[in-house]
Parts: sequence; structure tokens; C-alpha cells
Amino acid sequence: MNKTASSNPLQRDIKTIVNAGLVRRHAAERRFRWYGLIAVTLGLAFVVLMFGNIISKGYPAFWQTYIQVPIQFDPAVIDPEGKRDSQALQSADYAALVRTGMRRMFPAVEGRMELRALYGLVSSAGALDLQKRVLQNPDLIGTEQTIWLLASANVDTLIKGNIDRSLDETLRPIKDDQIGWVDRLQSAGQIEKQFNTILFNSGDSREPEQAGIRGALMGSFYTLLVTFLLSFPIGVATAVYLEEFAPKNRWTDLIEVNINNLAAVPSIVFGLLGLAVFINFFGLPRSAPLVGGLVLSLMTLPVIIIAGRAALTSVPPSIREAALGIGASKLQMVGHHVLPLAMPGMLTGSIIGMARALGESAPLLMIGMVAFIVDVPKGLTDPATVLPVQIYLWSDLPERAFVERTSAAIMVLLAFMIVMNGLAIILRKRFERRW
Amino acid sequence: MVTSLFLSLLLLSVGAYYLGRKRAFTVANGHIRNLHSLPSFYGSYTALWCLLPALSIFALWVTFQQGFIIDLVVAGMPPELRNLPPDQLNLVVNDLKNLVSGNFVSSAPDPAMLAAADHYRHLRTLGHTALWVTVLSLGILGVVHAWRAISPNLRARNRVEQVVNVFLIASSTIAIFTTLGIVLSVVFESIIFFQKVPISEFLFGLQWSPQTALRADQTGSSGAFGSVPLFAGTLLISGIAMVIAVPIGLMSALFLSEYATPKFRAVAKPALEVLAGIPTVVYGFFAALTVAPFIREIGTSMGLHVASESALAAGLVMGIMIIPFVSSLSDDVINAVPQSMRDGSYALGATKSETIKRVLLPAALPGIVGSILLAVSRAIGETMIVVMAAGLSANLTANPLEAVTTVTVQIVTLLTGDQEFDSPKTLAAFALGLMLFVVTLILNIIALQVVRKYREQYE
Repeated sequence: MNKTASSNPLQRDIKTIVNAGLVRRHAAERRFRWYGLIAVTLGLAFVVLMFGNIISKGYPAFWQTYIQVPIQFDPAVIDPEGKRDSQALQSADYAALVRTGMRRMFPAVEGRMELRALYGLVSSAGALDLQKRVLQNPDLIGTEQTIWLLASANVDTLIKGNIDRSLDETLRPIKDDQIGWVDRLQSAGQIEKQFNTILFNSGDSREPEQAGIRGALMGSFYTLLVTFLLSFPIGVATAVYLEEFAPKNRWTDLIEVNINNLAAVPSIVFGLLGLAVFINFFGLPRSAPLVGGLVLSLMTLPVIIIAGRAALTSVPPSIREAALGIGASKLQMVGHHVLPLAMPGMLTGSIIGMARALGESAPLLMIGMVAFIVDVPKGLTDPATVLPVQIYLWSDLPERAFVERTSAAIMVLLAFMIVMNGLAIILRKRFERRW
Repeated sequence: MVTSLFLSLLLLSVGAYYLGRKRAFTVANGHIRNLHSLPSFYGSYTALWCLLPALSIFALWVTFQQGFIIDLVVAGMPPELRNLPPDQLNLVVNDLKNLVSGNFVSSAPDPAMLAAADHYRHLRTLGHTALWVTVLSLGILGVVHAWRAISPNLRARNRVEQVVNVFLIASSTIAIFTTLGIVLSVVFESIIFFQKVPISEFLFGLQWSPQTALRADQTGSSGAFGSVPLFAGTLLISGIAMVIAVPIGLMSALFLSEYATPKFRAVAKPALEVLAGIPTVVYGFFAALTVAPFIREIGTSMGLHVASESALAAGLVMGIMIIPFVSSLSDDVINAVPQSMRDGSYALGATKSETIKRVLLPAALPGIVGSILLAVSRAIGETMIVVMAAGLSANLTANPLEAVTTVTVQIVTLLTGDQEFDSPKTLAAFALGLMLFVVTLILNIIALQVVRKYREQYE
């Protein structure tokens, strides 16, 4: 009797303590869970935020404003001697044709300053466009055509609604007169947005409306070509040697330690290496895709080697033993059986490595691939820049039109990255073998 | 020109392969069992004999041709040009090269230069012809040699495998040469730098202004090379980045591995890892054009003075970049903790969060510390974000709202644009690179060691 009486309150005590604690503990549990969920949501929100930010800034750049101008291909200006001499046609003053056309649209405009503002509505690329048309088809001379001419970057920005009209005139890049003319053109249907082919077809330019990423894309292509041609065979060879042939000794240990450390060295240090060794010591040309490719292949090698070794270890030993058992030499065993089976994994690793190399810019700044280069590179030793460096260069420029183009270039870069990574995933899904 | 010769040589070697194979059949009287190796090895043997000698001469020739031609041209110049001091002679040679390639020339070409350019062009054509003849004839000679050497007893497989083996070993040493190249290139330039600027000043100086005076009487540009402000700035930005990345990364890893349903995990994990695949230049753009103005606006509305290139903006975005790095590394570590430890804790009545806090985290701590160290080393070496979003002037401050500069920013600004290689300004970049390399190397070695020790514990 006494016994139960004394133990019961104690038991009840523990129960109440535990029960009271349970509420607290469950609250803590829920809190902790929420923290985790919040962390994941934040991370995902950053992804969405970045993509949303860049796409919303960049997609207008895929359209470009054009102005319809009546152009009279005046023989007196283009070809006063009437000989249709290609030299003469090339050097004629086509800008004058554009100016005349603009004046005919707005005959009321007078005065030097006003006329200059009027001419400023169209890009200086308009003259080149006319020149190209005449050279292609000399019969145009003497006729009158209405031609869609590229508008200047300021007009383009205005049309896209990125210039605040309520701002004071002196604070705007485009003046009240010009806005009036643009509005008149727009209501007359003489302003139109067309798909921006210039962005993909021309090299860099100081004028935003004429700047394109063609040069950077070709530079990236050549650089990656060198990177792949060097790093893939060497990476595969290293992986094969370390995994299949190398004796376990200090030398191979040293190689392994080196590879693991190189994978974590900051990329800019590789740029210093490229500058000191390839450019200063070997005297290779600056700004060349060749040097860029060399530097990037040194950076990509560890990635390919590590992926390659993982792919080789996943091939079961029975395959090797079977090959050796029927009399293959060790090299035949690797070449005929192990390597083909490991190839999908190796390719996946290399594609991921190449995608990283495509997005890399810091080491390329060191070897001079940051120059302002208008021409599209035609070879491995032509001065060039690459897409990420082009983005870096454009992001420094203050014009709104360049911000737009930078975002568009980023979208192109990200599209390439997505395609490459998607390819790697498909390759892995398609050819991955479970033993 | 060079490419077409290379391609012709490759074509020749393909021909050599079939020739060697056919030859092997012939010497074996059509019965393969008479041969030591498979016929394809005789083909490869012939192709290698065609390629290797020709390629090595080819490479040497291409490396030395230009220097050799320039020496010859200079020797053929009139004496008043030939006897110029070396640096002026260099200018003349540069002019000559420009003249030959048809680019702009610094002054109107005089007859002597034109003659030299003609000489140069003549020698170049001559050299190219000689290169073609030498390389192709060497290739053919190699084929002939192999052709004559092929007999049923020739151990072709062993020879070919030897060559392949040498190639494999040579490839694997490239990693060592790369490290060696990095160390040598930064150390050499740093030694020259430390001869001009005392090492103590570099390590402990509080002033950084690398502009050296052009004239002796210029003010304010004496050139100070104290790297402390740079490292302080780097640490400030990396610190902010870690404050963002570690909690978010760690908590997402815990949530995804312990709480999330497999379906959610399968979607959220790759989506988070997208952050790791975005090029850093994109983060830089985002930091400079979106985050920095945003922070500035908020700060101004609260009455704070925020620099337009504040450390906070760069650090914040760098933190976002590092989140997937922390989360995927700690995810590996957490998954390596044996299930039995979790089950034991649950059996004692612990809730999930208690298990995580009292069992999982202490067990995984070394691994998590290792992954955080790797993330720190990554943050310190990160370049593009800080180049685009952090400042240029070296401030010794702990205020995240002010502009600071980092080691990587200084390396980039010192080495882009015009440069000469003997001024302390450019050499300083290599000294900074050396410091950066050493610091990240130490961090990586410690981190890898910790992670490896930890893995062994549970394997």
C-alpha cells in the first residue's frame, strides 16, 4: 500500500515531466524542420531569381529596332563617272544617302544641331548596309527604295521603354526633338522591331546596336577545340596509366597528390602560369585561342582524369581477367575491352570539364584575351576573346543597350552550358551500365 | 600551311598502316600463324616509323624557324642597322615583322627595311619548302625502313606497345610538370620582386598602392606594397560568403538527406546544383548590376552610407555561388554516417532533430569542417565576382558596407593592360599569386586530409 502510494506520484512526476518536455521537443523538431525547408527554398529562390533577372533583362536584346527610310540611290553620289567601277562603288559616300533620306522624311528640320540630332536616329551601320546592297546589286543605282535601316541604340532603348520620358531633357541620352520624331515615325508605322541577327553575325563594336557575339563565339570555339584535343587524349591516357598500369610506388603517389591538388588550385593561378610560361618563356602570341586552350586544358585535365579513373574502376575485374585469359596482352585488354566500356563515363566527365572550361574567364584575362577585338577570329593564333570575357567586357559599359546585350550573351552562354550538361546526363543515362 | 603539312603527314601514315599490314601478309605467305604479332601491329609499327621521326623534326623546325630566319635577315642588313643596341634592334625587327605581315608600320619604310622584308619573305618561303620536303621525305624514309624490317620474326606488338607505354607515362607526368610550372613561374618572378621590395614590407605593410612614380618628383605615387589590406579584404568578403553559404548549404543538405521525400530530393538536389554550374562571370554581372544597387538603396533608405562596390554585395553573391559546394560536400559526409547510429538514437526515443544535433553532426563534424575549408579556399581564389563587384582601392576596414579590394582583384588589375616585366607593379602580381597558391594549397591539403581520415573511420 505504502509502496504504491509512494511510487505513483513519482511515476506521475516523470510522466508529466516527459509530457511537458515533449511539447517543447516537438516544437524544436518542427522548428528545425522549418529551418531546413527555408534553407532549401532560399537556395532554389536564388536560382529562380538569377535566371529571372537575367532573362528579363536579356530577352529584349533579341529584337532590334529598325527605321524605314526612303533612300534614293543617287548616281551623282554613288557613281558620278557612271563606270560601275567596284572601287568607286565601295568608297562612295553612302552616309550622304542616309542623310538625304532622313531629311526627306522630316523636311521641316533645319539648323546644324537639329540635323545632327535627326541623323543620330539611325545607326552608322546604315551606310555600310547600303554599300553592301549596292555592291550586290549595282542596278539599284538610280532607283528609289524604302529600306529598313538599323536604328541607333538610343532609339532602340526608347522604343523598348527603357528611357524615362518624364526625366529632364539634359539627363536623357535622347532629346525631346528626337522623341517627337520617333513618335511620329512610330505612328506612321515606319518603326519596327525585327529579330536581332546582328547579335549573332558580327563581332564586337563600340556602338551597342552593331555589337555582336560572333567573334566571342568563334573564339570560344577555337579555345575549346584546343582544350579538348589536348586534354581528352592526355587525360584518358593518364587515367588508364594510373588505373591499369602504374605500380604502386612513391612516384605514382606523387602524381596522384598533384592531380588532386591541381583540381583545387584557383583558376587565376593557371592564368599566371600561362602568362609566365607560354607567353613570356615560349613566346606564343598574346590573346590567341591557342594559348587560352593550353591554359584551359591544364585546368580541365584533373577533372577528366578523376572522372576517367572513376569510370575505369567501375569496369569489373572479370572483364580484364577474361581478356587476359584468352591471351590478350595487357594493352589489348585495355584497348579492346576496358576502355570501350569505360568510354561513356569518360566522355561524361570530359563534357562536364569542357562546360566548366567554357564558362571560365579569370585565367584568360591574364593572357590578354580581354582586348577589344572587332574581327571574327579565323584561326588558332588570331587575336580573340571568348564568350565569358565578352560578357565581362560588356558589363563594364554604361549604356543600357549594352546591359541588355550582356544579359543576352549570358543567356547564350547558359544555353550552351545547359546543352552540354544535358548531353552529359543523357550520355550517362543511356550508356551507364550496372554490373 | 603548317596544318596542311600535318594533315598530309597523317594521311601518309594511314597509307603506311595499310602498307605495313599488307607487307606482313606477304612475308607470312598469307598464313597469319607464321607471324609473331597480329598483322595490324605490323601496320601500326610502320605508321609509327612514318610519324614519329617526321613529327619530332617538324616540331623542332616550327619552334626555331622564325628566330633563325630573323638572325639571318639581321645578318644581311646594312651595318648601321645591324649594329644598333639590342632594344632598338628589337624595334627594327618588330617593324620588319609588321612590314612582312602587311600591318601598320611605325614609320615610312626605308629601302633597307623593304629589302630586309623581301629577304625575310624569301627566306620564309624557302624555309617552308624545305620543311615540306624534309618532313615528307623523313616520313617516307621511315616507311621504307619499317617495310624492310618487317619479317615474320619481328616483334611488332612489343615495339608498338612500348611506344604506347611511353606515351601513357609521359601523359601522367604532365600533372607534375603543371604543378612545377606553377611553382616555378610564380616563385621566380616573386624572387625578383622581393629583391626590389623587402619581404617584410610585403607581408606586414598596411599600405597598398602599386602605382610607381613615372617621374621622381611626382607626388602620391611612391608605390607601397603592403599586402595586409588585400588579405583583410579577401577575408572580409570570404567571411560574408561563408556566413551565407554555410548555414544555408548545411541546412539544405540536412533537410534533403534526412527529411525530404525521395521525390522532392530528386528534384531539389539537381536544381540546387545548377548554382554550381553557372559561370562565375554571370554571378559577377548579377552582383554588380542587381545586388549592389539593391543593397545601396536599402542602406540609403536606412540612412547608412553604402559604397556602390560594397563588400557585402560581392560576399553575398559569392555566398550564393558556394551554397551548392557546401551542400553537396556535406551531403556526402552525412550520408557516410552509418544508419545504425541513427537507429540507435531513435531507439532511445530521440526525435529526428535531436538525432541530427546530438549524433549525426558530432559524427560528421570532421567531414563538414573539411568541406567548409574547401569552400573557403574556393572563396579566397574566386576572381570574377570580386573583379566585377568589389572595389579597386585597398581599404583596411571591417565594415561590410565599404568597398574593399582582394588579392585576386589586384592580380587582375596589375596584369591586364599595358605591362612591362621588370617593374615591381607587375612582379607584385606574381608575389600575390604565390601567396594565393600557398594559402589555398595549405587549406586544400588540410581539408583533404581531414575528409580522408573521416571517411576511413566509417569504412
